[in-house]
Amino acid sequence: MIRFAIPLVVLALMILVFIKGLDPERDLNALPSPFLGKPAPQFELPKLKNPDETVSNEHYEGELAVVNVWATWCVGCRQEHGFLTELAAENLVPIYGINWRDRRDEALNWLVQLGDPYVASGYDEDGRVGIDWGVYGAPETFLISKDGRVLHKHLGPLSRYSWEKDFAPLIAAETGATQ
Amino acid sequence: MTRIFITAIILLASFSVLAIDTGEAFDDPELQARYEKIIEEVRCLKCQNQTIKDSSAFLADDLRREIRRLLSEGKTDAEVYDFLVERYGDFALYRPRMSGITLLLWIAPGAFLLVGGFIVVRVLRKRMAMPIDIDDDSEPGQVTS
Repeated sequence: MIRFAIPLVVLALMILVFIKGLDPERDLNALPSPFLGKPAPQFELPKLKNPDETVSNEHYEGELAVVNVWATWCVGCRQEHGFLTELAAENLVPIYGINWRDRRDEALNWLVQLGDPYVASGYDEDGRVGIDWGVYGAPETFLISKDGRVLHKHLGPLSRYSWEKDFAPLIAAETGATQ
Repeated sequence: MTRIFITAIILLASFSVLAIDTGEAFDDPELQARYEKIIEEVRCLKCQNQTIKDSSAFLADDLRREIRRLLSEGKTDAEVYDFLVERYGDFALYRPRMSGITLLLWIAPGAFLLVGGFIVVRVLRKRMAMPIDIDDDSEPGQVTS
C-alpha cells in the first residue's frame, strides 16, 4: 500500500507546485509589499503644481484613496494614464500621485497634454518617499483603506481588468463594512 | 604591432572598472568598510540579480544614498537591514534572515539531503540483502562475482 501512496503524494505535491508556478498571471518579478494590511508609510511632499503647498497622508485621512507612483520617463505610466483619467472621471475614489524621480517641467507638461487624474501629486525629486513606500519600479498603485492601511499594491500599468479584479472587490468590502 | 594590440586590450578591459558608486566616501575608513559590506548584501530590486553595489540603476543609487545617510547618523548594520526589510521585504537581502517563511529556504537543502540519503541507504541495504543470482541476464563478458 505504502509503495503506491508515497509516489502518489509526491506526484500530487508536484502538480500543486506546477499549477502555482505555471500560472500565466504570475509575475515573476512582482514582490509582495511588506506593507499589506499595515499602515501606509507617512509622507509629505511639495505639490507638483504648487511647490509652496504640500500633500501628505492627512489629505485622505478617513477616506479610501488610491496612491499612484508615476513618472514621465516611465512607459507603463503612459500606458495606464488613459485608464486613470477614466477612473478619476467616475469619482469613485480620489487618486493621489507621487511623481517619482522626475523633472518638474516635464511632469507638468505631461499633465497638460494627457490630462490630470490626480487630486494632487507630490513631487518626490530624490526618491526618498519612493523608498519609504518600497517603490522599485513605476508605475505602482496602492489602495489605502479609510483607516490608512495598505489594502493592495498593484505593480505595472493599471488597467480596467486589474481594477475590476483586484481593487473593486476590496473597495466594495471596505465601503460595505464601514457603512 | 603587438604593443598596440596589448594596449588596446588593456584599454578595452579597463571599462569594467568604471566606478558605479558615485557617492562620496566616508572619512572614517571603518564606516566605509561597513558601508561597502552592506551594499554587497543588498539586492537591487529593479535589477534583481545584482547587488546595489554592482548596479547603476537609479534605485540602487537611491538605496546607496539612504544607507550612507543611515550609517552617518550612527545606525548599526542591523538597523540598516531592518530599514530595508521593512520597506522591501526579505527579498531585499541576499542572505534573508532566519525567521518565518524564510526558515524554509534555510532548512530545505538539509532536509532534501537527509531524505535523499535515507532513501539511498534503504535501497542499498535492500539490494545487499538480496541473494546473488548467477543466472542473471547480465551482458556477455561482464564479470559476475
